[in-house]
Order: sequence, then C-alpha cells, then structure tokens
Amino acid sequence: MRRILKRGFLATGIALVFLLYAALPALAALPAQKNLILATTTSTQDSGLLDVLIPIFEKKTGYFVKTIAVGSGQAMAMGQKGEADVLLVHSPDAEKKFIAEGSGVNRVIVMHNDFVVVGPSVDPAAIKGSKITPDAFRKIAAAGALFLSRGDNSGTHAKEKGIWKTVGINPENQKWYQQTGLGMGQTLNIASEKKGYTLADRGTWLALQKNLALPILNEGGPILLNVYHVITVNPVKWPKVNVEGANAFSAFIVSVETQRIIKTFGLEKYGGALFFPDAGKKEEELGK
Amino acid sequence: MDLIVEGIKKAFFLILTLDAEVLGITLLSLKVSGLATLISLVIGISVGTVVALSRFPGRQLVVSLINTGMGLPPVVVGLFVTIFLWRNGPLGFLEILYTPTAIILAQAVIATPIVTGISLAAIQHLPANLRLQILALGATRLQMVWILVKEARLPLLAAVMAGFGGVISEVGASIMVGGNIKGYSRVLTTATVMETSRGNFDIAIALGIILLILSFFINAILTQIQQRERPR
Repeated sequence: MRRILKRGFLATGIALVFLLYAALPALAALPAQKNLILATTTSTQDSGLLDVLIPIFEKKTGYFVKTIAVGSGQAMAMGQKGEADVLLVHSPDAEKKFIAEGSGVNRVIVMHNDFVVVGPSVDPAAIKGSKITPDAFRKIAAAGALFLSRGDNSGTHAKEKGIWKTVGINPENQKWYQQTGLGMGQTLNIASEKKGYTLADRGTWLALQKNLALPILNEGGPILLNVYHVITVNPVKWPKVNVEGANAFSAFIVSVETQRIIKTFGLEKYGGALFFPDAGKKEEELGK
Repeated sequence: MDLIVEGIKKAFFLILTLDAEVLGITLLSLKVSGLATLISLVIGISVGTVVALSRFPGRQLVVSLINTGMGLPPVVVGLFVTIFLWRNGPLGFLEILYTPTAIILAQAVIATPIVTGISLAAIQHLPANLRLQILALGATRLQMVWILVKEARLPLLAAVMAGFGGVISEVGASIMVGGNIKGYSRVLTTATVMETSRGNFDIAIALGIILLILSFFINAILTQIQQRERPR
C-alpha cells in the first residue's frame, strides 16, 4: 500500500509541475510593469466607451490595461488594498474620503453625464411633473410605490442614498423599497419587469431602452449630475502600484484628443451624447 | 420569443462568418477549461485511486471532504483564489491575477474534487477480488493500478465529462480571477454575462448557443471513446 501511496504523491507532483508549466508562458509573455490595472464603474464598460478608448491608449503608450469593471464602491475598495493602479469612478463623496484617508492621489475630473429617474409609464406615485428630484422621491415614499435600489455601493447607489438623505426619509426595511445588489443593466430589467421606479445613469438607460418599459419620469437639475473622476492609487502607501502607468492614463484621458472622442461617443448609435468631457473644469462649475 | 430566434440567427452568423473576437473567446474557453480539466484529471485520478485502495485512520473524513468538495461553489473558489493572488496577498509574487492562468488555476480547483470523488467511487466499486486476482497473476502494483483504471474506464470518462462540464459552464470564479478583459481573459460565460448587462440579448443568446454546441462536441467525442467496444 505504501508504494501505491508513494506513486499517488508522485503523480500529484507531476500534476503540480504541469500546473507551473501552464502558468509559465503567461508569466513570461507579460513584463510586470507593462500591466496597468484600471478599476472602474460598470457604466464605462457597459456603454462601450472603454472599448474605444483603451485600444488607443495601449497603442500609444505600450501599456497593457486590465480593465476590471465593478461598482465605484468596489473599485475604491480595490484601491484601498493597493490592488489597482488607477480608478475611473463616479461617487464624489466617497472619492473625497478616499483621497482624505490617503488611499489615492491626483484626483482629476474627466467627464459627466446625468442620472434619470425612470419608472412605469402609468406612474402610480404621479412623480411626473415634479419640479425637483427630491419631490419625486418624496412622492414615491408617500405612495409606497415600488422602488428598486442597486444596493451595491456603486456610484449610482451612493447618489440614490444621498437623495433619500436630502428628503429625510430612510427607505431601508420599507416594504416598497427593494435592493437588487446587481449592476445597472440588471436592475433596470428588474424594475421594468416589476413595474418599479429606479435611479439610473443616462448612458446605461439609453443603451437598454429598447428592451425596457421604463420611460424617464424625472430629469435635470444639479442634484442628478453624475461626475467621473480619475484617481491614482497612492504609490507611497502601496509600492507595487504602477504609478508611471497610472499617470500616463490620467494624462491620456484628459488629453484634448481623448476628450474629443468622449464628446462624440455614442452620438450616432443613440442619437445623443452619453458623456460630456470636462477636463480642466471645476466640479462646482458643472450643471450651471 | 423573437429574441431567441434573433439569438439563434446571430449565433449562426457569428459562427459562419468566423467572427474573430468570438472565435478568440471560444478558443480561450476551450483552452482554459481543457487545461484545467487536464490538471484536475492528473490530481483527481491519482488521489481518488490512492484513497480508494488504501485504509487509514480518518479515511471516512477524507472521503466526506472530497464529496463535499464536489459541490464547491465556484464564486467561493473565485473569492479565495482572488485573495491569494492579490499582489499584496500570499501568492502575489506570481503576478497572475487577471490572467487566463488564474482562470485555469481556479477552474482546476473546482474540477479536482469532482474528478477525485467520481474516480474514488469508480475504483472502489470494482470487485475486491479483482485486485487479488491481478496480483496473484504476478502483476506489479503499478500494473495492477493501471489495470484497475482501465477497468473503471466508463465511470472515469464520466468524471472527465463532469469535470469539464463543470468548469466550461462556470462564470463566478472566471469573472473574479480573470477580470473579463477584452481579447485576453474573456471566456464564453463571462462574455455572456457582460453582453446581458449591456442589453445585447441577441449576442448573449448567440454566445450561449456557441457554448452549448462546443460542450456537445466535446462530450460527443468523449462518449465515443467511452462507449467504444473494449479493446481485446
């Protein structure tokens, strides 16, 4: 029996060698500092914007960008652990905290678009015609109409929680308030199927609109502004951060040429721009 | 319904025009899951055979652990593999997070207990006297193990199919450790998830159909080997 056991270990050893062998080519093919991990919100990937921008950046600089599309909250959590090099996110309050605690440096404004409140066309809470978004939220709560929240710490979720806070309502544990814990696309589909209201970024809503029964019921106003920033993960805190790559990406995304691409992106497909370039502007100037 | 018809049309369009991106994604899926299955076979059949043929204290516990492992949730595997492979994690020096290699590793972890469990049951199911008979005929122990593995060919090929089927259809771990990077670590399942969230349901359905066709052909080939008349 011992001998059989020994052979088993031998086979396991061979298997491990196999495993390393499989791992080696991938290691050899990619010099470490050429890799750049970009942690970003799903809307930049789902809208297709990064599919246009990343190849240009890679060709220009020779970096290999690993785009990890997660919510803004998770992207910043990766940054806090030093597991990303550069972030492209849209959750301003959380971003300021991220900078203040020393997790990130060099926060630069990139672009904006806006959020919209969408819901069933019958509009059970009669929010259509509300002048400002907080009024619309108040009406939804007062009517007890179904509201679908992302519930995933994404930038959209942070914005939605901010609006609830503005109106002084705590929707948690309310019967009419449901959290999906999913991305924007899936949450929109659920809201459409369940005839509920939700807050969405305009880009994702535009992209999915053809499959949804969810018209825009409230829009406009500075509170619905959706601003994207690029942040470098603090290389002093995390020495493994590819700071040259992160700086190159920051410079690239606010460059004149890239900003022009952002401006025209989606014009043909959706009949309207998905993002508005903002390089060099101040956040306070937007939406005025 | 229209959507499904559209999806089927799209699938055939993508296959017939040999769409470069879809072809790349399909080949990567095949390569990643194939290698992961291969690794799991080497480890799984060896460990399964050893455990099946030996008696030691705590053996019941080991078997229970292996059987539990057969149901390892891929997202949990993905989570742990990610934490280990983080560049500030214990295996960070390998620098393989968000690479196809990381997906191979995670999928091998998922498939190995499946192959081990089925191999163990297959070898143990063989009549005990068979071993004595083989040894009595003067075979060495290695020859005996080889004969036993050949005898258990049918269930062992089922183990291959179960292992491969488990990993090629898996999405949770692949998206976590691979990152779904375009043209690099995007496989059929992760591409399907992304296209769904982009609202491109037709492409998502098409990718699903391609995955099913791929699985069918792999399983057809394995079944062909499995059901072949035993060579004499």
